[in-house]
This record gives sequence, C-alpha cells and structure tokens, in this order.
Amino acid sequence: MQRRNFLKQTIQGAVLPSILGGLSVRAWADSPLLKALGSADNDHVLVLIQLSGGNDGLNTIIPLEFYSDYNRIRTNIAIPENRVLRLNNNLKSGLHPSLTGMQQLYNEEKLCAIQAVGYPSPNGSHFRSMDIWLTGSDNEQYLSTGWAGRYLNHQYPNYPIGFPNDAMPDPLALQIGSVLSPVFLSPTGFDALAIDESLNFYNLIDAIQDPTPNTPSGVELTYLRTVAKQTNKYAEVIKAAAAKVTQQSAYPADNYLAAQLKAVAKLVAGGLKTKIYMVSMGGFDTHAGQVNGGNPLTGSHSGLLKQVSEAITAFMADLKFLGVSNRVLGMTFSEFGRRMQSNGSLGTDHGAAQPVFLFGEAVKQGVLGKNPIIPTNTQAIDNVPMQYDFRSVYSTILRDWFCLPPNDVDTVLLKNYQYLPVIRSTACNMDMQELNNLGDNLIINYPNPFTSSTTITFKSAGGHVLVQVFDTTGKRISTLVDKTYAEGTYSVVFDSGALASGVYYARLQNGPLQQVRPMLKVR
Amino acid sequence: MNETLPAKSTEVNPHLFAAKNSQAVFSEGLQEYTGTWDTAQVVHLLKRTLFGAKLTDINYFKGRTMQQAVDEILQQAPSPSGVPLNNYNVNGYTDPTGVAAWQTWINTGIALADKDLNEKRIESFKTWWLGQALNSTRSIHEKMVVFWHNHFATTTSVNTEKIKARFWYDHYLALRQHALGNFKNMVKSVTLDPAMLYFLNGDSNLKESPNENYARELQELYTVGKGPNSRYTEGDVKAAALVLTGHTVSPTGFTYFFDAGKHDSSNKEFSAFYGNKIITGYSGPGGASEVDELLDMIFSQEEMSKHICRKIYRYFIYYKIDNDIEQTIITPLAQVFRNNNFDIQPVLSVLFKSKHFFDMVYSSACIIKSPLDFVIDLCHEFNVTLPSPSDNAATYSVWQAIRFEAAEMQQELGSIPEVAGWYAYYQEPAFHELWVNTATYTRRNIFTDRMIADGIMYDNQTIAIEPLAFAGQLANPGDPNLLIDQSAEILLRYPLSASAKEFIKRSILLSGQLQDYYWTNAWDAYKANPSDMAARAVVLARLQALYKYIMNLPEYHLC
Repeated sequence: MQRRNFLKQTIQGAVLPSILGGLSVRAWADSPLLKALGSADNDHVLVLIQLSGGNDGLNTIIPLEFYSDYNRIRTNIAIPENRVLRLNNNLKSGLHPSLTGMQQLYNEEKLCAIQAVGYPSPNGSHFRSMDIWLTGSDNEQYLSTGWAGRYLNHQYPNYPIGFPNDAMPDPLALQIGSVLSPVFLSPTGFDALAIDESLNFYNLIDAIQDPTPNTPSGVELTYLRTVAKQTNKYAEVIKAAAAKVTQQSAYPADNYLAAQLKAVAKLVAGGLKTKIYMVSMGGFDTHAGQVNGGNPLTGSHSGLLKQVSEAITAFMADLKFLGVSNRVLGMTFSEFGRRMQSNGSLGTDHGAAQPVFLFGEAVKQGVLGKNPIIPTNTQAIDNVPMQYDFRSVYSTILRDWFCLPPNDVDTVLLKNYQYLPVIRSTACNMDMQELNNLGDNLIINYPNPFTSSTTITFKSAGGHVLVQVFDTTGKRISTLVDKTYAEGTYSVVFDSGALASGVYYARLQNGPLQQVRPMLKVR
Repeated sequence: MNETLPAKSTEVNPHLFAAKNSQAVFSEGLQEYTGTWDTAQVVHLLKRTLFGAKLTDINYFKGRTMQQAVDEILQQAPSPSGVPLNNYNVNGYTDPTGVAAWQTWINTGIALADKDLNEKRIESFKTWWLGQALNSTRSIHEKMVVFWHNHFATTTSVNTEKIKARFWYDHYLALRQHALGNFKNMVKSVTLDPAMLYFLNGDSNLKESPNENYARELQELYTVGKGPNSRYTEGDVKAAALVLTGHTVSPTGFTYFFDAGKHDSSNKEFSAFYGNKIITGYSGPGGASEVDELLDMIFSQEEMSKHICRKIYRYFIYYKIDNDIEQTIITPLAQVFRNNNFDIQPVLSVLFKSKHFFDMVYSSACIIKSPLDFVIDLCHEFNVTLPSPSDNAATYSVWQAIRFEAAEMQQELGSIPEVAGWYAYYQEPAFHELWVNTATYTRRNIFTDRMIADGIMYDNQTIAIEPLAFAGQLANPGDPNLLIDQSAEILLRYPLSASAKEFIKRSILLSGQLQDYYWTNAWDAYKANPSDMAARAVVLARLQALYKYIMNLPEYHLC
C-alpha cells in the first residue's frame, strides 16, 4: 500500500495521461522507475478456505428473527435460542455456539457474513457444484479454467515461461495439501504449486530432455518434466521464506485447518509475494449425526465449526503477531449449503445457497443480506433461496482487494457481477486506475473490450509464429497466424463475426515462448 | 516411439491446449490385435493389468500367445489364504475381547462400542489389504478390486464408532467376489452391504424419514453417471430412496436385514429418462424385491453401460475421451457389456486384446502411475525381498511401510477422500496429472532414492532394492549397452533416446571413461568372486547410480 502512495506522488503529470489506451503499455513497461519497483499490483493476499461436503448454513448463522420457524422445521437439530452467540449491532442473526472466536472477530469488526450465496439452478452434486464454485461457471457451462487461475493469468500472462523472475520470484499461488484444485487452472495450465503443511521440499536432478512427440505419452511426459522443473525452481525461495519466521503465536493442536493456516502465515510473514493461498478441510457432508440426539451442541457439525473457528482465530492472532495482518483477506466457502428441513437421521441433505464468511482487517462488520424466509408449509426438498451470486463475492475481492479495474474484473469472471459492500474502500486507493499487465507483453489487442473486431498486435523473436483464438471451454475458434516472421512487431485483425459476447483468448506461440491474452467481446 | 512425428518444444506447459490440439490420431479400434508380440507389448500389458512387469513374468508371457496371456491374466485369483490379524497388541495395549497378538480379530467384538479398538482393527485391515495387492501375481484380480473400490468409493475414516472393521473386511471380500464377475450382481451386493448401508446412510433411510444419500450416488456415480446423456432428475433420486427404504442393518445381529415395517410401500414414479416407469410398491417382505426392479430399470439405460466402460477406459488406457474414442471404442464396448448381460470379463477381454490397446503410439506410456502402482510396481519389478509369510510381525511392518508411502503420495487404500473416487480418475481436465505436483513428485523421488540407497526401515524391518540381484537376472549385464537397454525395457515404458543412453553409460557405468570394457571388466571381476568386497563395491555403486538415475527420470512415472 505504501508503494502505491509513492507512485502517486512521483509520477503524476507527464506520465498519467499516457496511461489511457492499450498501446501506452509499452511506454509504461519501459519506465525504469517501474522496472525497479516491479509489478504495480499490491501486496494483498487472499486465503481461500474450502469446507468440503456442504456446510449447513442455517445452523451456522441462526435466524434469530425467525427463531420459532427455524425451530419448527428442524426441531431435532435446532440450536437452543439462548445458546446462539449474539453479534454486536445485530439482533436478527447469531452464530453457532462453536464459533466463539469468529464472534469475537465480528465484534472487533474483522469478520463479515454474506447470506444465501449461490447461483441459479443449483446442482446437488458435490463435484459438479464445487466445480461451478471453483471455475465461476453457470450451472450449464463447463469451463476449463478456475476463477483464480484466470486472475493469475491476467496478472502474469507469460507464466510459466520466464518465471521465476526478479519481479515475481515466488509462486503465484500455493495450495497447501497434495492435490491441486481446479480453481488454479489458467489457460496455460496450473498457476499454483502444491506443498504440504510441513513445507518440505527436496532437490531433484536435472536430466537430459529430448523433445517430446505430440502423442498422449508426449503430453504426459511434458507435464511431468514441468512439475520437476517447478519443484526445483521454487524449493529455494519457499525454504528461505519459511526460515525467516522463527516464532509464531499459538495454534490449536489436532486441527488440520490450523496447521495449514500456520504454514500460510509463515510464508506470508516470510516475505513471499504469493498472491493466493488455498487450504481446505472436509467432513461437512452431514447427512446423519449432524448433532447428537438430545444434545444439539454436540455432534459432528459443532466439532467441525469449532475447528474452523479456532483455526481462523489463531491465524488472525498470528498474522497480527507477525505484523502482516493488514495484508491478508480470508474467505470460507463450501460447494453448497444444506436443506432448510432436517431429516430423520439428525442431519440434513444437500442444499443450495449458503453463508460465506470474509475475514481480515479490511473487512466491514456486518451480515449482508436477509435471513432466509421460512415458509409455513416447508417441504423436505426446500432450499435456502439465493440472494447473492457467488461470483459477486469474487468480483468484490478482485476489485476491492486486488484492486483490479472493473473491465479486467469482467474479463476474469467472464461477465459483469454486482459488487458487495463488504470490504473497506481504503483497501484499494480508488483514485488511481492502473494497468496490471506489466512485464513483457508479447501479445495485446486493441480495442479491448471490443464489439465486432479487434486488432491483435504481437511480437516475434524470429522463427515460426502461431496465433490462435480459443473460447473459454478451450475450443479453438480460429488460427489467425501460422508462419515464420523475422524479429519484430506485427498486427492482425480478428473479426469476431457472429460469435457470442464473452471472453476469448488470443494465444501466441513463438518458438519456446507462449502467452495468452484474454479479450472481451461485448454487445 | 515413432521418431517421425513432429517434435514439440519442451519449454511450454500447455497441457490443456496440447491435449486438444494433439496431432496423434489413433486409427485402431476394438478389432483383435494381430501384430508383433514381443517384449514391448508384453511389458505394456503387464504394467497396465498387473502391479508391475517382473522379468520372470515377462519371459513367461512371451512364451504364450497374446490371447493366452490376456485370458490367463483375466482369471480369478484364488481367495486370500489369510485373514487380518491382531497387529495392535503393542505399547501396552491388549485387545479387550481377548484376541491374542497375531490371531485374527474378525470374529469378535462386533457388538462392542469401542472406537479405539475399532480404529486399530481398521488399520490392521487396511494393512492386510495392501498385503493382498503386494502378494498378487499373474492375475488382474487385485487390481480390479482397487478399481471397484475407487468406483464404489468409501473411506474407513468416518463413523468409526459405528462402522466396524469387520464390515469393511466383508465389503472388501464382496468387491473381490464380484470383481471379475457380474456387475449387476455387484451393484446389488454393494447396495445391501452393511458397510455401505452405514456409510451412505441407507441404514437410516426409513419410510418416515427417507435419506437420499445412497439413492443419489447409486445413479450419479455407480451406474448412469452424470454426463450430458444422463438425465435422471432430483425426483428420481427421491423415488429411488423410497424404493430403498427398509434395507438396513440389524441392530442386534449386525447383518443386513430388510425391515418391512420401515419400507415405503407406495408406488414410485420415475422421470422420462427412465421411461416414466412406475415401480409398484409392496408392503411386507415383498417390498424387498423393489430394488431388483430399480436396478433393472437403471441397467436398461444405455448410458449406464457407457458410463462403466468410460471408467474402465480411463483407468486402463487414457483419460481423454473425445468424440472419436466415444464412437469407436466406448460405444461398441458398452454393447459388449450389454450383450454379455453385464459380465465384466468379456469387456476386459475385448479391450485388452484390441488393436487400440496395443497401439504403441497412442495407448502406450501415457498413464501417470498411481501411488499404489508406483510403490508396488517397484517392489515387484525389482524383486524386493519381503519377509517370510510365517513371520507375521515382520510382514505387517513391511505392509504398513508400503501402505504409508502410498498414502503420503495421496492414495490410501481403504480411505478415499471423495465419494466420487480418487480425483485422478474423474476430476477434469487434469485427471491423473493430479497425482503429481510439486509436493507429491518430491515424495515419489524421496521414496525411490531411499529404496535404491539404504532402503526403508519400519519397526526394525528394512526393504530395499538389491541392484546386483536385479542386474544379475538380465541376459547380459556385462555389456553396458545391453545392461541399460534391458533395464530400461523393464523399468520404463517411454523409451530412452540414444543420446540419453550414451550419457548414462558414459557418466555412470564408465565413470567418464570412453571404453565399454571398463564396465565389463568390473562386472566380470565381481561375478568371478562375489565375496570380494572391493569388486562388489565397484559394481554396486554404479548400479545404484544407474537405477537411481532411471527412477529420477520423469519417464519413470509413466506406464
């Protein structure tokens, strides 16, 4: 944030007007001042906390204002009214008794909740619904990229070519755990690395690498080689960052989420420029035994929420202890909420809309949205109706935390979504509209957004050049260029004809170099 | 490898685009393969259908025809000769039901609500299961059990108070009984299996409070799937749940039983996808047979046979199923499945005898080994010495060690994190690439590096690769070129280039010298006098470096 103020003071006047228009990117990027500062984005970090299984929202945020209806439809699992945790400045809703730490954070104005987040035509399958949340798709769309991957690709279009580099020596994103989430898929592959919570890495050998043929085995071998290379390149920076933090504040024992968040705090405080971390915990699919019969304060759900609350509270305390608490924003989410009515097994079945929590110093206190209305004749199949589209949460994070210009937010999320007033406006200094695409831009297009045609300008380092256009499912729309060019800069027009509005990717391949440029067609 | 295919730069990582732009077009379908039957084909078949390609098995199957080889591999293996034993009377703990150390626990304590005991027994069972896979020989049977375990994915980690280890052991036996049998019988068996009834809440799926969990997964995961041609509705899920009400577990006998009083006897209506079928409801014991009508209805959907064939294809050939594969392979294979009344063996037989399977350009060296394959294949291919079966303590220690290694690589037999199975078998678009990332690639390398060095020690038992024994079984280990060739033939499916082989020979076997005889002399000196420590050390060090290098290659992860 201080860096931003520095920019504002020293480069007004002569430089500011040239920010307008796509072609000035070159002038901007060539500025020695900016090269020295590195990329003009900020040091804000997002921590995604995935709660797998489908968290029961109605027992997480209890609608005190409709308590008797709430009790009526789920008598066998209802939290007793006098045990619901009260929130400052809010009489309508309260928290599950296990969430004492998060209640405290709320009252300290560091936590907010957004009610009934979902999407139209909800899908009851864990896997499909989680894919929808991670890719940011509509329920009938199948995207091959994740929303975070598209954001990272927007910031670092070249990745992994030319990375790590001085401007970005660290992993773009880190998944704590051993399976990479689709949320990090970008048009060029995974934009994140996986590392377990013990932060162990290992040095691997460099082997002779002959070219691979374009067969399934060649494709898979290329993937394996890339992983091997990445492991080598990033092992040192991660080790170095972890080594800088010799002390952290206390975390609860036997709490896997806490162990993951501890690792995140260590790396943030150790100075990694990594922008997004993902952690997760499972067990939320509480079809049965959500509470123990006769004792709704116990049972699997209360145990899970206790872990979540204790982990997040310890994490926030540690970030403060380490002096980096102003850099971090956290978000909890699940693949869906659960039914309004409980079932006969002291549990709940798959639902739809759910509450989402955001926490951090930049978060505004509040419960956004209304408590779900509970109809008089509730059926077993009834779900909490959606109030906010989940992509609105992402767009708010992108604009108000990562300080992305609104056009770019639309490009990353593939459409325009409303913003939610949940992040303080001081988090991004909104006076300055800045470009984020620093670094070597090998392919750009102008105008962007465009309505019917756009001019794609690309650089060749000599040799064969391929310029193709893909849609968001990865299908190739056209090949615009497929020939040898001497070193230089060239242009080609892309006429979008009758194509639907939305995002298209212009992909440049020139020898070993590759870059993908998102282009936005609008009406 | 066909060297005339266009080379691709190694710098880019466009696995998404590359898979879609791949210029390799397969031209071979399900017709029976009639081409060369030599080492490459045999090793390909063994690495896909068994846990690794041992040299003795390679030679055995080379001596048979392709059809004989596949037929033999598809034979059911004999039932397990042992049962899970008490390996947990340690650190002062004794089994409260009186089972002594190294006796079996499967017959005691099922009524006992002792979570601690149950969890210890579950660990014992999972270790024993790993042992069955490790001890498998020339049959695909144990590998098919893992396949079906992934299909009907469960985890022993939930509800450990209620779901006793004995139920999981019985579930394993049931999967094994049907693994190469009839799929419809298998689905019925799983539907009524106490472990599954507890796991997906079938036991509390009652007339007055239906629970949809199993009814959903039965359709979404186990039969018709959730692809674009599978159009079952939420209503179908509810109706199926009603059909299944009453199938539960006896609270006293702990066996499956049908509680007619808890069965919903109304008629169940299904959607247009199922032809608007109405399953007549029955009260009394007759209500139990509604499940047969439910399965008949589901199995008459063409999409069901295709869904299963796609899963088999992804597990054994490659994850990419585009329009061509769907038309040329999946659709006719699904027809074979239906023509054989859902018997599993005929499908496998057609697939493994096909030209498509033996297409060395398209179908070979393109699967990233799962962790179980990775660790067990190494033990088999290097003939790692295991303790005598009569030494229970040593045997269980080794099984445990191997189980933990695979678990660290994110595959724990018996504990699948998602109901849809391990991510590698269903999560688009990366599929098996999800087994390998910077975290797990590291672990795989650590595992192989330790095995080729001092070995892995667990509870005072050590397992290690013996490179001298491995090299010694090859036809001509004294010739450094043949040593490398023949080792690579067994250990790698993706061939080493001439330059890579030259580099390996020069820098490892010849220690920088230019003449082959440096290695030959060293080997001959060791053979002439194996107890000569100096001679032994010279060849051992080089063989260790050779095999470490091969196993450190990204190629080693492909099969």
